[in-house]
Amino acid sequence: MAEVTLSNIRKVYPGGVEAVKAINFAIPDGGFCVLVGPSGCGKSTLLRMIAGLETITDGECRIGGRVVNEVEPADRDIAMVFQNYALYPHMTVYNNMAYGLRNRKTPEDEIRRRVDEAAKILAIEPFLERKPRALSGGQRQRVAMGRAIVRKPQVFLFDEPLSNLDAKLRVHMRVEIRKLHTALKVTSVYVTHDQVEAMTLADMIVVMSAGRIEQIGTPTQVYSRPESVFVATFIGSPAMNLVKGEVTAKGAVSLNGEPIACDTGAAAPGTKVLVGVRPDDVTLTGTGQHTIDVTFIEELGPSRLYHGNLGGQDFVVQAPHHAVDSKVSHVTFDIEPRAVHLFDEASGKRIGG
Amino acid sequence: MVERRSFLNVVLPHIILMLGVVIVFFPVYLAFVASTWDPATIINGQLGLLPGPYFLENYQRILFTGTASSTREPVASMMLNSLIMALMIAIGKIIISIFSAFAIVYYRFPFRMTLFWIIFITLMLPVEVRIFPTYKIVADLGLLDSYPGLTIPLIASATGTLLFRQFFMTIPDELLEASKIDAAGPLQFFKDTLLPLSMTTIAALFVIQFIYGWNQYLWPLLITTKDSMQTIVIGIRKMITTQDALTEWQLAMATAVLALLPPVAVVIGMQKLFVKGLVETEK
Repeated sequence: MAEVTLSNIRKVYPGGVEAVKAINFAIPDGGFCVLVGPSGCGKSTLLRMIAGLETITDGECRIGGRVVNEVEPADRDIAMVFQNYALYPHMTVYNNMAYGLRNRKTPEDEIRRRVDEAAKILAIEPFLERKPRALSGGQRQRVAMGRAIVRKPQVFLFDEPLSNLDAKLRVHMRVEIRKLHTALKVTSVYVTHDQVEAMTLADMIVVMSAGRIEQIGTPTQVYSRPESVFVATFIGSPAMNLVKGEVTAKGAVSLNGEPIACDTGAAAPGTKVLVGVRPDDVTLTGTGQHTIDVTFIEELGPSRLYHGNLGGQDFVVQAPHHAVDSKVSHVTFDIEPRAVHLFDEASGKRIGG
Repeated sequence: MVERRSFLNVVLPHIILMLGVVIVFFPVYLAFVASTWDPATIINGQLGLLPGPYFLENYQRILFTGTASSTREPVASMMLNSLIMALMIAIGKIIISIFSAFAIVYYRFPFRMTLFWIIFITLMLPVEVRIFPTYKIVADLGLLDSYPGLTIPLIASATGTLLFRQFFMTIPDELLEASKIDAAGPLQFFKDTLLPLSMTTIAALFVIQFIYGWNQYLWPLLITTKDSMQTIVIGIRKMITTQDALTEWQLAMATAVLALLPPVAVVIGMQKLFVKGLVETEK
């Protein structure tokens, strides 16, 4: 087990494309860090640099206090789980898990013991003599994790390990991974583009966009106090409403005349802002201050999304079934000051508390 | 697709297939029949459709004594020559091409693509086109009438390299990366992962190259002058075109039948792997 520290990590591909721009953060020993962001944001590249599969253009990567920039992947004491599992198709499950240990000259009885132990944790004991092709997607994923576990590495690296599974299995495996981490307490770095996976698994979320870090924090921090417009829209489903407005006085903004009370921090009156409100974070009341005319309704099951217009801009309200009828023509609600996220329109940065 | 089990759907395809088999197989059968009769019956045109009584006599003679005049060498030794040549070409080609494809796909070295294109271009220069310079080199190296002279120029070609390259490119990169993390070096990755996965491709290439080597005519004709180095294809040719003696058809036919056997054995033996190698997509 070890701490992973990244200082000023950069990746520039030949041809000048800068995939990762001066990244700085540290994952504490035993932490579960999720790198999340849209495709092409550099999160996989960053993970592969920690693994040693990509060279580090600039900066320093430490695992357990040791600088590993020039260390071969095999000697970094890491294990990786790949998106497509990358199991050796011609080897049995047992040999797939034992291969890395054999290459490290581990005694055969020790290998047997470790593989049996990992197989027990992952419930893949009945398949040890099968080839990967005779396994289902979920079982293959377990074998891939087993291959990582038997090595007893200092760091686990997961590269979108669940994206090849169907939705139901993904939810199940997510829980398994979390349990596994609780049991083994090995520092883990997990890459995903799925914000639900990020929220449920992480101790620490790193939201990335275009090779930069947008925000680092616990899932709660990232969700309830997004530092930028990007984080606000990326985390949370349905996506946060963002409407253009202007600070009118301390503690008040206006959306084309529609007044909203909120913490405006140090922003001067006249500042152009983006007002963010989560669709499920409005207070439904019969006599509310705001009203939207419903243009259409999305049915989600336990709740519905009512699309409409607030201050001349698109606005969505999420309401549970019992609260609002399915055939309403307008929805009335209040927006509490604490539910408002204010961002500077020019910089996209958060304003106020 | 809906399958209707009517007369047309079941019987007709079989009739067509059987017709095809008869057309292809009948001459081979006739050759076999001819190889079991005496020369007089064949020359007089009295050859029937049934095998004659001279099977053992003809085959024994051709295998261990040879024809009286034209080849002066028993067919057993020709078959051995052909076998050695075909095996050397097939195995040599597999070894060279799998290693060169491994280098081209998995190593980054200067002029990698240049080398690849040079290999690729040799596809346009089969032995027949470059026959004079190749002969000159082989002769200067003193390799006439030897197995290396017979096989090395035929081993050097690009087909195998291309086949393996295409196959290696379909192997996901993650497998290589997983090997790296599992502490396997490049050669160990080759031995533990690439080679086992290539078995079917190797089998397919072996079958193709064995038959290619076995059927060689022009190159052995140029390179070999000694009777003891004759291959069976040359032998058959010599038996059929005799200048001053009667062609011993029963012996020529027996040789032809014998010449069929090793390629057939290779195809049957490797059929399962061979077909898999050509259509395989399972990864």
